[in-house]
Amino acid sequence: MSLSSRSARLRKWFNRRGWIKITIATPYIWLALFFLLPFIIVMAMSFATRTPTAPPFSFGGDHPVMNTDHYARLFSDDLYIRAYLNSIGNATLATLMCLMIGYPMALGLTRVSRSWRNVLLMLVILPFWTSFLLRVYAWMGLMGTNSWFNKLLTGAYNWIVPSDMALRYIPMMNTGFAVVLVTVYSYLPFMILPLYANLEKLDISLNEAAMDLGSKPFQVFRDVTLPLSVPGIIAGSLLVFIPASGELIIPSLVGSSSRPMIGRVISDEFASARDWPMASAVAVALLLLLVVPLMIYTYYDGKAHEKAQKEAT
Amino acid sequence: MSEPATNIGAKVAQFPRAAALAEKEPPFIRVEGVTKRFGSFTAVSSVNLEIRKGEIFSLLGGSGCGKTTLLRMLAGFEDPTEGRIFIDGQDMTDLPPYERPVNMMFQSYALFPHMTVEKNVAYGLKHMDMTASQRADRVREMLALVQLSDFSHRKPHQISGGQRQRVALARALAKQPKLLLLDEPLAALDKKLREATQFELMDIQDKTGTTFIVVTHDQEEAMTLSSRLAVMDKGRIMQTGTATEVYEYPNSKLVAGFIGSINFFEATIRDVRDDVATVDAPELGATVEARAIPGLSPGQPITLAIRPEKLTISRSKPEGPNAISGKVRDLAYFGKDSLYRIELPSGRVLSINSVNSRRVGENERVADWEDAVWLSFDPSSAILLKD
Repeated sequence: MSLSSRSARLRKWFNRRGWIKITIATPYIWLALFFLLPFIIVMAMSFATRTPTAPPFSFGGDHPVMNTDHYARLFSDDLYIRAYLNSIGNATLATLMCLMIGYPMALGLTRVSRSWRNVLLMLVILPFWTSFLLRVYAWMGLMGTNSWFNKLLTGAYNWIVPSDMALRYIPMMNTGFAVVLVTVYSYLPFMILPLYANLEKLDISLNEAAMDLGSKPFQVFRDVTLPLSVPGIIAGSLLVFIPASGELIIPSLVGSSSRPMIGRVISDEFASARDWPMASAVAVALLLLLVVPLMIYTYYDGKAHEKAQKEAT
Repeated sequence: MSEPATNIGAKVAQFPRAAALAEKEPPFIRVEGVTKRFGSFTAVSSVNLEIRKGEIFSLLGGSGCGKTTLLRMLAGFEDPTEGRIFIDGQDMTDLPPYERPVNMMFQSYALFPHMTVEKNVAYGLKHMDMTASQRADRVREMLALVQLSDFSHRKPHQISGGQRQRVALARALAKQPKLLLLDEPLAALDKKLREATQFELMDIQDKTGTTFIVVTHDQEEAMTLSSRLAVMDKGRIMQTGTATEVYEYPNSKLVAGFIGSINFFEATIRDVRDDVATVDAPELGATVEARAIPGLSPGQPITLAIRPEKLTISRSKPEGPNAISGKVRDLAYFGKDSLYRIELPSGRVLSINSVNSRRVGENERVADWEDAVWLSFDPSSAILLKD
């Protein structure tokens, strides 16, 4: 039997057995197993009742089907509401700052020569090569009251303000500022990379065309580059905002204990209080808070696309 | 959009060639000694050009010949290393693109994908001193000019390639520029559409009176479109002239070879009398007569060039001075004409294009494979080239 006919038979067998379908299904299977299933477990747990058993929850008892007490508590105890607001606020601020810093960097990356571009991209990714925890600890050192960094900032501050307002050091550690600063530092690459991928695809002749038609460089940016980079802005912002709002390590290490953050609340409920159902309820609510607006956006965006397609035909 | 071929001839006759009209006016666009270097590479090398108002002028050349760089310098996207550019008497050299009365139609069309056809055409107008209704009128007028009025609310990805090309044209013309630059305007269209669009482009140029400079690598396109053209190579302009001048009277081997096909032979001048030179061409196996060019002297080595369609093929030895014998090596039948490849006794192979003006059968052709034939040409058809 010739080789080609054998490989043809092999391919036929593959096709008949639906291997293609399996290949396509793999990511869905992955998501079902490692996202949907755990999420259903967490969701179920959020309706359970806390018991002093192992695992520390059970169904039945006073609430045979569903125990919605935990969700009620989300609204009655202002700790949770404050935690949500702090987390969303911090994440929003960090996302905006990442955008303000990341957009010019991403745009710059598309404008430099190819050899420089690779070096600079490497530098953007380089921090990932060291442990995330280590980098947060490094920031703790930098922000501490006796660090050279703090002294430098204090010196600059004292130089600007009148002498009666002079400070011995700038209190940075354990503040909301510290959380936002370290979050921006940590998540900046997640903003730069999708933005770069988007901006890099834009045809430079569009900019030239706008300039040719009478637009000055800023107008070219406003009319052409900015609107065409909206998908990149959305992708980068989601990649920063979503993990930043559930962030645990940064607020725990550099944040203020008087400002509750949702990541810490979940962790505390789960580990210290051993209230698994409450922790689950907090987590489910956070997910809904983040995902539902996104789904609404995707729905309307898809509809707009459909409408445009229909108009065309 | 695509129109029957019979209309095309009529259309050509309709509009007077702008060059003939404007012959006496001072040049509208003047390129003076323009050179552009990128590092050690010279893209454009001391180019001088004078283009009159209302012309369609083509810059013709292969890739990397500097034609696009020259166009980009006219648009203001590149600064000349040396030299100056004047448009309508004004020095444009140091003006940025957004301050020049020049618009460009990009090879990729560069339509704004997030704007409708209408918004694309209107884009340049918002920088002009016009009322909203004047702007709307201008957009409507432009869309009517390129026959796209029904597509004004479509986005660029919702229309065909030919329609996109016309949107790009309308957008570039909307500001009524003094000069329109077209970078390979027809390259992205298929052959049929390209032919129809060529004439449409000429029609629009005639209606608006705008001066066009077209960059193209397609010599047929350059010859049909333009009133005059410049052949470029390695950053230099080799020859400037009308299509006829450049095709029939090329000034160098390079131009002769670039425009159309041609047979070259090494030869020596034997004698020059009035406007006829007698030339020894050992490769042709004959001494032939050719139209003389200035500055020839006996014994001088020269290149003899003959275009394939200027040669006549026959079975018997023809009358006249320029008769060459050979053998049919190859023949290709294209319908309207045939291409013969004739092997000469010297071993050289020569191309002949012969129009099939009579309807004949397979066995009645002038010549067939391996036939011995005679070739002849008129002395005035032979081109002598010094380099």
